[in-house]
Amino acid sequence: MSTNSSSATQVLFDAPGPKGRRRILLLSVLSVLGIAGLIGAGLWQFAVNGQLDAAKWLPYLRRDYIAFLGEGLWGTLRATAVAAVIAFPFALVLALARLAPLRPLSWAATAWIEFFRGIPMLLVVYAFLLALPAYGVTFDRFWMLVVPMILVSSATTAEVFRAGIRAVDRGQHEAAAAIGLMPRQSMVSVILPQAVRLVLPSLVLALVSLLKDSTLGFVVSYNELQFQGKNMVSITRFLVQTYLVVSGIYIVINLLLTRVALVLDARMQKRAAQG
Amino acid sequence: MEIILENWPMLLGGIGTTIALTVLGYGFALILGTALAVCRVSPIPPLRGAATVYVEIFRNIPLLSLLILIAFGLPDAGLLLPYFWCGVLGLTLSSAAFVCENVRSGINTVPIGHAEAARSIGLGFFGVLRYVVLPQAFRTMISPLVNVFIGTLIGSSLCAAISVAEITYVTQQLNIRTAEAVLLFLVAGVIYLALSLAAASGGIALEKALAPGRRRRPTTTQAMMGAQQA
Repeated sequence: MSTNSSSATQVLFDAPGPKGRRRILLLSVLSVLGIAGLIGAGLWQFAVNGQLDAAKWLPYLRRDYIAFLGEGLWGTLRATAVAAVIAFPFALVLALARLAPLRPLSWAATAWIEFFRGIPMLLVVYAFLLALPAYGVTFDRFWMLVVPMILVSSATTAEVFRAGIRAVDRGQHEAAAAIGLMPRQSMVSVILPQAVRLVLPSLVLALVSLLKDSTLGFVVSYNELQFQGKNMVSITRFLVQTYLVVSGIYIVINLLLTRVALVLDARMQKRAAQG
Repeated sequence: MEIILENWPMLLGGIGTTIALTVLGYGFALILGTALAVCRVSPIPPLRGAATVYVEIFRNIPLLSLLILIAFGLPDAGLLLPYFWCGVLGLTLSSAAFVCENVRSGINTVPIGHAEAARSIGLGFFGVLRYVVLPQAFRTMISPLVNVFIGTLIGSSLCAAISVAEITYVTQQLNIRTAEAVLLFLVAGVIYLALSLAAASGGIALEKALAPGRRRRPTTTQAMMGAQQA
């Protein structure tokens, strides 16, 4: 697929001749100028408003600033990890339930999945924050954030597992049946091991969306990175700088995770191609 | 139930704002995302690079961080927008990255032979895209693009965090006033479900209407890469 796709985009235009190359060069120079102009305008806007002063950026290299944000980052990673560890196995159970031959079980799982896929996580967070305390049910802030993350992620990840289970070749089911395995045995020892391997890259991407969802700690005042950024702003008043730094940290972590997913996927494709 | 009836205008306003945020954000994202996808398959290296960097940044930034940055950060740099337009801008920037990815993988599902045939009858880069590749690609893109729409709809709830009076925000405000939490959150949940189900069934209808016989489905990983989550 990857070799196929790169050639598909290359085939949209001919290998350029001398004239074409000159035109491409011209357009390249023009677009570099255009992009540089855009970036320059942005920087100019920042500079005019005094937001590029070194005094407003250098503090982020200071140890106490880094420690302060690091605390938030730790909170983010902890929430994401705990949510993933609980949500992923739960999602697998949901996927199996949805595929189960027992109708009521399958319906219940489907309803759960479609419900939590169709509503925004912020609504679930508010429900936990505002609705449950009215009935005397309270969690601490960590679980206020993590439980909604688990509920929403279990639904989206269940669909990933379901796709993985259905992607396992039909022949595997038949072969398992032919050697006398019961449906449950064949699911556990033949289908699932392959399905889980197939969805591994997608699970890493599910981790990315969990990490993004953890920003809602901002709403429940749980000490994760985004909320810690807010705290920092209320002390230092460096609004743009802090939020840019915080966003940058998220982007870098997610970028790394996405890379891992791509590498895993590429390895899987290669193995599949080797048969 | 009375609370719902009494506050119906407020809820209706919230629904209207949610729909406006989603439609505007998605509409602009469709335009920007398609332009970015064309940049990514173009023969001009700086444009390819810039579009790639754009997608990597906006696909990986949490939407809430982006909205907060736009609404609370940028005024410091002299860029003051009403909160509603901050919401639209944030949704546009983030959804455009997902539109771009889906358009690009849609372009890649068009068989190479079609592009080669189009070139051999003398069409240029834009001709090939405009008359041969994109019309076919858009058909395979309908379902992922509908998913981006639903993602935008669900993402629009985050605008509540920057005090745009859409459904989530209205629900929360009403809850503070009336303390009828369960009922209110159920109603809000049903509204979101109804909106996303409507979008999904609209997408299925559109897909059926334009069905090209057999479609190539993207792999799970590709679907996830294009799938938008707040």
